Amino acid sequence: MAEEKHSKTLTELTPLPPTIDPGPEEVLGPGHNYDTVTAKISNIVFLPLKRTPWQLAAVFVGAFALVNMFMVAVAWLFIQGVGVWGINIPVAWGFAIVNFVWWIGIGHAGTLISAILLLLKQDWRTSINRFAEAMTLFAVAQAGMFPILHLGRPWLAYWLLPYPASMWVWPQPRSPLVWDVFAVSTYATVSLLFWYTGLIPDLASMRDRAIKPWAQKIYAILSFGWRNSARHWQRYQMAYLCLGGLATPLVLSVHTTVSFDFAVSMLPGWHTTIFPPYFVAGAIYSGFAMVLTLIIPFRKWFHMEDLVTMRHIEACAKLMLGTGLIVAYGYSMEAFISYYSGNTYERFMYLNRMFGPYAITYWLLLTCNIFLPQLLWIRSIRLNVTAVWILSLVVQTGMWLERFVIVITSLHRDFLPSSWGMYYPTKWDIMTLLGTIGFFLLLMVLFIRTLPAISIFEEREEVHRKVAHAH
Amino acid sequence: MSSLIHLTPRRDNNLDRSRGGPNGRAARKSSIDLTAIRERLESGKGPEFWKSLEELADTEEFRKFVEDEFPDRTPDWNEPAQRRTFLKVMGASLALAGVTACTKQPAENIVPYVRQPEELVLGKPLFYATARPISGGAVGVLAESHEGRPTKLEGNPEHPSSLGAIDMHTQAETLNLYDPDRSQSVLRNGNISNWMNFMAALLTVRAEHAARQGAGLRLLTPPVNSPTLAAQIQDFLRAMPQAKWHQWEPAMRIPGYNPQYHFENAEVVVSLDSDFLAHGPGWLSYARAFAAKRRVLVGQTPIEQKRALQQGPHEIRPEGQANFNYARESVPAKDTTNRLYQIEGTPSVTANMADHRIRIRTSEVPAFAAQLAAAVGAQASGVSAPGNLPERAARALPAIAKDLQAHRGTSLVIAGEFQPAAVHALAHAMNTALGNVGKTVTYLAPVDASPVDNLASLRQLVSDIDAGQVDALIMIDVNPVYDAPAELNFESALKKVRFRAHLGEFQNETSVLCHWHIPMAHFLETWSDVRAHDGTVSIIQPLIMPLYGGISPHQLLAVLNTGADQTPHDIVKRYWASRSPEGDFDVFWQRALHDGVVPNTASAAAGAPAFEATAVPAPPPPGQLELVFRPDPAVGYGRYSNNSWMQELPKPQTKMTWDNAVWISPATAQRLGLHTEDVVEIDHNGRKVAGPVWILPGHADDSVTVHFGYGRQHVGRVANGVGFNAYLLRTSDSPWIATSGVSIRKISGTYTLATTQDTQTMEERNPFRILDYPDYKDSHKVQQEDEVRPEQTLFPEWSYSGYKWGMIVDLNACVGCHACVTACQAENNVPVVGKDQVHRRRAMHWLRIDRYYRGSLEDPELYFQPVFCMQCETAPCELVCPVGATVHSGDGLNQMVYNRCVGTRYCSNNCPYKVRRFNFYLYSDWYTPSLYGLRNPDVTVRSRGVMEKCTYCIQRIWAAKIESEKEDRRIVDGEIKMACEQACPTDALIFGDINDPNSRVAKMKAQPRNYSLLEDLNTRPRTTYLARVRNRNPELERV
Repeated sequence: MAEEKHSKTLTELTPLPPTIDPGPEEVLGPGHNYDTVTAKISNIVFLPLKRTPWQLAAVFVGAFALVNMFMVAVAWLFIQGVGVWGINIPVAWGFAIVNFVWWIGIGHAGTLISAILLLLKQDWRTSINRFAEAMTLFAVAQAGMFPILHLGRPWLAYWLLPYPASMWVWPQPRSPLVWDVFAVSTYATVSLLFWYTGLIPDLASMRDRAIKPWAQKIYAILSFGWRNSARHWQRYQMAYLCLGGLATPLVLSVHTTVSFDFAVSMLPGWHTTIFPPYFVAGAIYSGFAMVLTLIIPFRKWFHMEDLVTMRHIEACAKLMLGTGLIVAYGYSMEAFISYYSGNTYERFMYLNRMFGPYAITYWLLLTCNIFLPQLLWIRSIRLNVTAVWILSLVVQTGMWLERFVIVITSLHRDFLPSSWGMYYPTKWDIMTLLGTIGFFLLLMVLFIRTLPAISIFEEREEVHRKVAHAH
Repeated sequence: MSSLIHLTPRRDNNLDRSRGGPNGRAARKSSIDLTAIRERLESGKGPEFWKSLEELADTEEFRKFVEDEFPDRTPDWNEPAQRRTFLKVMGASLALAGVTACTKQPAENIVPYVRQPEELVLGKPLFYATARPISGGAVGVLAESHEGRPTKLEGNPEHPSSLGAIDMHTQAETLNLYDPDRSQSVLRNGNISNWMNFMAALLTVRAEHAARQGAGLRLLTPPVNSPTLAAQIQDFLRAMPQAKWHQWEPAMRIPGYNPQYHFENAEVVVSLDSDFLAHGPGWLSYARAFAAKRRVLVGQTPIEQKRALQQGPHEIRPEGQANFNYARESVPAKDTTNRLYQIEGTPSVTANMADHRIRIRTSEVPAFAAQLAAAVGAQASGVSAPGNLPERAARALPAIAKDLQAHRGTSLVIAGEFQPAAVHALAHAMNTALGNVGKTVTYLAPVDASPVDNLASLRQLVSDIDAGQVDALIMIDVNPVYDAPAELNFESALKKVRFRAHLGEFQNETSVLCHWHIPMAHFLETWSDVRAHDGTVSIIQPLIMPLYGGISPHQLLAVLNTGADQTPHDIVKRYWASRSPEGDFDVFWQRALHDGVVPNTASAAAGAPAFEATAVPAPPPPGQLELVFRPDPAVGYGRYSNNSWMQELPKPQTKMTWDNAVWISPATAQRLGLHTEDVVEIDHNGRKVAGPVWILPGHADDSVTVHFGYGRQHVGRVANGVGFNAYLLRTSDSPWIATSGVSIRKISGTYTLATTQDTQTMEERNPFRILDYPDYKDSHKVQQEDEVRPEQTLFPEWSYSGYKWGMIVDLNACVGCHACVTACQAENNVPVVGKDQVHRRRAMHWLRIDRYYRGSLEDPELYFQPVFCMQCETAPCELVCPVGATVHSGDGLNQMVYNRCVGTRYCSNNCPYKVRRFNFYLYSDWYTPSLYGLRNPDVTVRSRGVMEKCTYCIQRIWAAKIESEKEDRRIVDGEIKMACEQACPTDALIFGDINDPNSRVAKMKAQPRNYSLLEDLNTRPRTTYLARVRNRNPELERV
C-alpha cells in the first residue's frame, strides 16, 4: 500500500469514478481501487470552497445562526441565573437534563460501531465508523455542556472533580452525579483517543495529497510523523484493537451511569431497576437514528453511494429496529411493574403519565419510538432512503420525548399533592436546545470539510478484501 | 435626655431563648452624642433657629451627623405609575448600584466602642419588651436587637394578649420599619420641608383657632387605646372646647363593647361567623386557651412512654446515656376535648378547627342566631332577624341547641366581629340564658379611650366639611381617602379644607391631598403606651432612633397643646409619673419597661352590654347575590399592603399571594358560568369594581366575598396597583354585608393569580390524618397507611449519644394562622420573590402550610398542615448531593451548607416532601441599604444558585449549645425554641431533645396519635405529627 507523492492539479481531482450504489449486499461500489477510494474521500476535503455542495453551505449558515442564538441564550443564563428556564420546585430539572441525556444517548452509536462492531468484525462498519465517531464526540460535547449550564452556580462546576482542595473537601462519592462526571469524561476521552488514533494513517494520506503548503504542514503535524512503515502498522493495529477493547465496556457503562441519576433516587418513575439496560438500548437506538440522519444526506450530497451503500443503511435500520424493540420492552415492563407493585405512588405516576396533563408527550413518545419504527420490518421501507431518513428523525424526536416524560412527569406530581406543580419551558429553554443542535451540525459540517469523513485506509482494506475475494 | 439609655433590656430572656442574657444597660456612646446634637438642634425655635443651625453645622459632630444619619434623601419619592414586580425593583436597584459606583465614595471609618456598654456583647442579641398597638388592643413583644437594630419580634409571655405568641402582622412589623418606601421627610405640597417649618405652620393654625376656642379645628385619628395620647387629646379638647375629635378606622368595631372569652371553661363553642382563632384583638390568647382545651393526651407512666418511644419504627434506643436522668414524670391523661360549631358563609381560618361547619350565607347568620336563641330559650328584646334557613342548617340547629343546653355554663356563643350588633345581642342573650356570662364570657370596660361610632364620627366630619365648618384638619395615622365608605366621597370633601395635615408612616392616598405630610415614627422607633385587649397597659419603648426622622403622635399633640416640641419619652414618662402608684417611680418605670406590662392596669369589669335594638336586613332571596366585605387575611385593611412578606404570604383559605380575588362558591360559579381567574365586574348599586374570580369550596352559594387592603394607588413600590380596591363598593349602610343591588358580570379577559398550592385534595395519600373522638377514646391509635417495617440494613445504626433533636406538630392544635410562616421568614432571612416567581412555583417559604379539603366540593372540611424540613434520619437529599453540601449532623439535623452548594437541585428532586427551596435568581435583596438592618446576622443571606431549607433554626441551637457548654450542663428542655414554635399561639409546634424522655417533644412523640409523613418511605423523619381528633356530634352525624 505504499503511496507515492501526488502532485495533481485541482482539475485532476475530478471527475471522480462513477457513483454506483451496489445495493444492499455490497459495502463497496464496483470499479474502486486503492487510488480511487483515496481520491474520492480526500476530495471531499480538497474540494474548493466554491464547489462545496450548496446544501452543506446552507446547513453551515443555519447552524452558525443557531450557534449565535445559543451564545445569547447562554450569556443571558449566566447573567440572570437558571431562573430564566422553566424549572421550579417540584420540577427542579428540566430541559437541561432532558437534553443532556438525549445528547449522551446519541453519542452512543459511535463507540458501538467503532468498538463492538470492530471486535465482531462487521465489514459494514468501515464506511460509517469515522462519521459515527465524530458524531459521538460532537454529541458528547453538546451533552457535556448541559450539566455545567444547569448548575445554580456554574462557576463552581469544578467542585465535582476530585482535586486536592486546600480545605480537604472532596466530591460526595455516593451521588450518581459524581459517577456521571467520571463516566462522561472517561467516555469523552476514550472516544477522542479512539477517533484520533483511527485518523492518524488518514491524516498522513491527507498530508501527502494536500497541495497547499499550510495544509500539508497542518496534516503533517496532526499525523504524528506517520511514515506508513510495516512496524507502524503492526503497532497501530494492536493499539487500535486495545482501544476498541477499552471502549467496549463504555458503551454499556456510560448510559448505565446516566440512568443511575434517576434510578438511585426515590422518586416514583425514576426509582426503577430496569433503567440501566433500557437506557443503554435507548441510547443506541437514538445513536443509530442520528447516524442515519446525518449519513443519508451526506452520501447524497457528496455522491458517496458507492462507499456508503444500501447495505450500511439497511444494517443501521435493522439495528434501530432491534434496539427499538428492547426499548418497547422497557416501556411495557415499566408500566407493568408500576401496576404490579401495588404501590400507590407508582400506580398514580404511570396513570398520570398516560392520562395526566402531559399525556400528549407520552402518547407521542409511544408513537415515535414504538409504533412508527415497526415499519422497518418491511424490507422495501428499509431500502427506501427517504423513508429511513424520516423514520430516523421520528426516532430521535421520540427519544427526546422519552427523556422529557421521564424527567418531567415523574417530578411534577410526586408524593405530597400539596407540592404538585406544572413545568412549562421558556423560550430560553428552547433556544438552548436548538442552539446545541446548531452547534452539533456546525461541528459536523466543519468535520466533513476538514477531515476524511470516511476512513481511507479501511476503505482500502475493503478494496483489498474485495480484490482478494475476487481471486 | 437620651431616649435610648432608658431602655431596659430583658434580663430573663434566657427563659425564652438562651441567646445571652447580659446584665446592665444597653447604650451606645454614639447614640448619646446624637441625642446631644438632637437636643441642641431642637432647643432652637423660630427664626433664630436657622442661625443656630449654621452654627451647629460648623461643629464636627454635626457634620458627621448629617453625613451619616441622613444620606442622600431622595427629593421626590415618586410612586411608579404602574405596577412593578419585585424583580423589576431589584433590577432598578442593581442599575442604581452601578451608577453610584461611578462616584467616589466618601471615606467611612469604622470605630469600635471605646467603652463598650455594659450589657452589650457584640454578636449577642438583646431583648427589649415593648408592644405593638393594634385596633382595640396590643400585642406584647420582646424585640430582638442586634447591636442596636431590631431584627425580630417575639411574643412577650407576660403580656395578656400575647402569652408568648405572636401573629403574622406583628411579626411583619420589622419589615414595615425598614421599608424603603416609608415616608422619609416632611412634605409641604409635595416638596421637602422639615419639622420646624411644620411646627411653625401648626402654631400659626393653633393661634388662629385658639382665638375661636378651636372652632373649625378638627382632629381625625383611629380609636385611641394609648392612655397618654388619650390624655393629650383630652387636654387639647379642654383647651379648645370648640374643636372636635373624630375617630375613624375601617374595622368599625362596635363602640364600647369588649367581651372576653374564656375558652378554658368552654366545652361547646358556637361561633356565629367569628374568626376568633385568627382575628381580633385577643385572638392569640383565645387560640392558646382553645387549643389547650382541645388537646387530648393519653396518660403514660415513664416506663410506658419509654416503651412507646422504642417501639416506634423510627425511634432508636438512645445509647451511652449513663449520666442521663430518666423521666420520672408521668404524662397526665386528658381525654376531654371541646366541640366547635362554626356557622358562616365565607370560609374562615377558624373553620379548620370546626367539628361541624354549617354553611349558610353571611346574611343568614342573624336568622340562624335568632332561631338558635329561640331554641335555647333566650330572649333578645327588639332584635328582629328575618329570613329562612337552608334546609341543612335548619335540620342541624336543634342538635346544636340541644348540645348547648346540655352544657349550661360550659358553653359559649360567639358573634363574629363583622356581624351586626343584633347578632351580638343574640349571642349575649344566649350566653345569659345558658348561664355562660361570668364563666365563659365576661365583659370589660372598653380599651379605647372614648369609644364612638366610627361611621357616625366620620360622617359628621364630612357633613361639617360640606357645611364649611372645618377650617383645619389634622389627621393622624388614618387614610380615609382610601378606606372611607365610598358614598361619603371623602376625597372631594377633604379638598375643601383650608389646612390639611397628615401624620403617617407612608405617604398614601390621603397624604397626597394634604398640604402637609409628616412622617410618623414606627412603634419600634418611639415612646408610647397602649392597652391590651383586656386593658393591661404596656409601655412602648423604642429599639432604634427614628430612621427617617419620624414624629410621634404624642409630639404632634404636644405642639398643639403646649406650643413646644417635647420628646415622646418625656411625654409618656410624665404621664405615668403623675399616675404611678405609691413608691419610687423609677422602680415602677424600670419594672414596667422590663416586663412589658404595667401591673394592675387591666380594665374593670363592665356590666352586660347594651345594644341598640336593631333590625337586620333580610337576606336576599335565593338566586340573588349578597356581597361580603372582609379585611384581607394577609394585608389586613391596608396597613400591610406595602409589606412584601404579607403580600407573599399565602392566604390561608386560597393559598393565593399578591392579589385579592372575588370569592364565590363552585355552585354559584357554575350558575354564572365563571371560572377561577375570569375577570368580573361587581356592581353594588352602581358602584363598580373589576376583579378576578376565585372559586372557593366551602363558600356559601349566592354570595360573593371581597377583601380590603388592595388596589392601593399611593403607598409604595410593592403595593401600588396590586389587586382591586374593595372599599369602592363599601357604603355606610352596608359596611360588611350588602344584601341588595349586588350583581356580578363577566367582562372580557382573564387575570393570572399566583398560588403556592394547586392541588387541593389529598389524592388517597392521607398526609393529614384524622381520628374521630369516639374511635380515639377506644383505641387511641392513628390508622396506618401501610404496614411499615423498619429498614433492613447491613450497617450499624448511628447512635445519637448526645442530643437528638426532633419536633412534633400537633394537628389537633394547629389553627392554620400562618404566624409561623412569617416568623420563619423573619428569623431566617427568607427572601420574597414576587408574584411572577410565585406563579412559577418558586416561592421561598421554608415553612409552608399545606391546605387540604376533604369531602364534597360544595361543603368540604378544611385542614391545615404545617410542613417544613422533616430532618429525615435517612435523608434522601444527602445521598445525592455531589459536593456534600447537605450533610447530617451528629445530633441528627439535616444541615445545609450554603457556600458549598453548587446548585444541581438533585436534593430537591429526591426530597419526597419538597421542602427545599432554590434561589433560581438572586432573590435576596442585596442592594437596598435600608433592608440591611432587617437581616438576622446569625443566618446567611443566600445568593443566587443556592439551595436552602429549614434546618431547625440551627443558629438558635448552637447559641444555646455554646451557653450550655460554657456552663458545663446539658441544654434544658424548652431552652431552645424554634422561630415557628415561638410564634405559635397554640403550642402546636414543639421542639426538643428526643433523647431526653422527659422532654415535651419526647412525651408527645410517645403519644399514640404520633405518625410520620410518608412513613412508608423509611426516611424516618425527625418531625412527626399528632393526628387531628374530631369531636363530632353524633346527632348531627345522623342528620
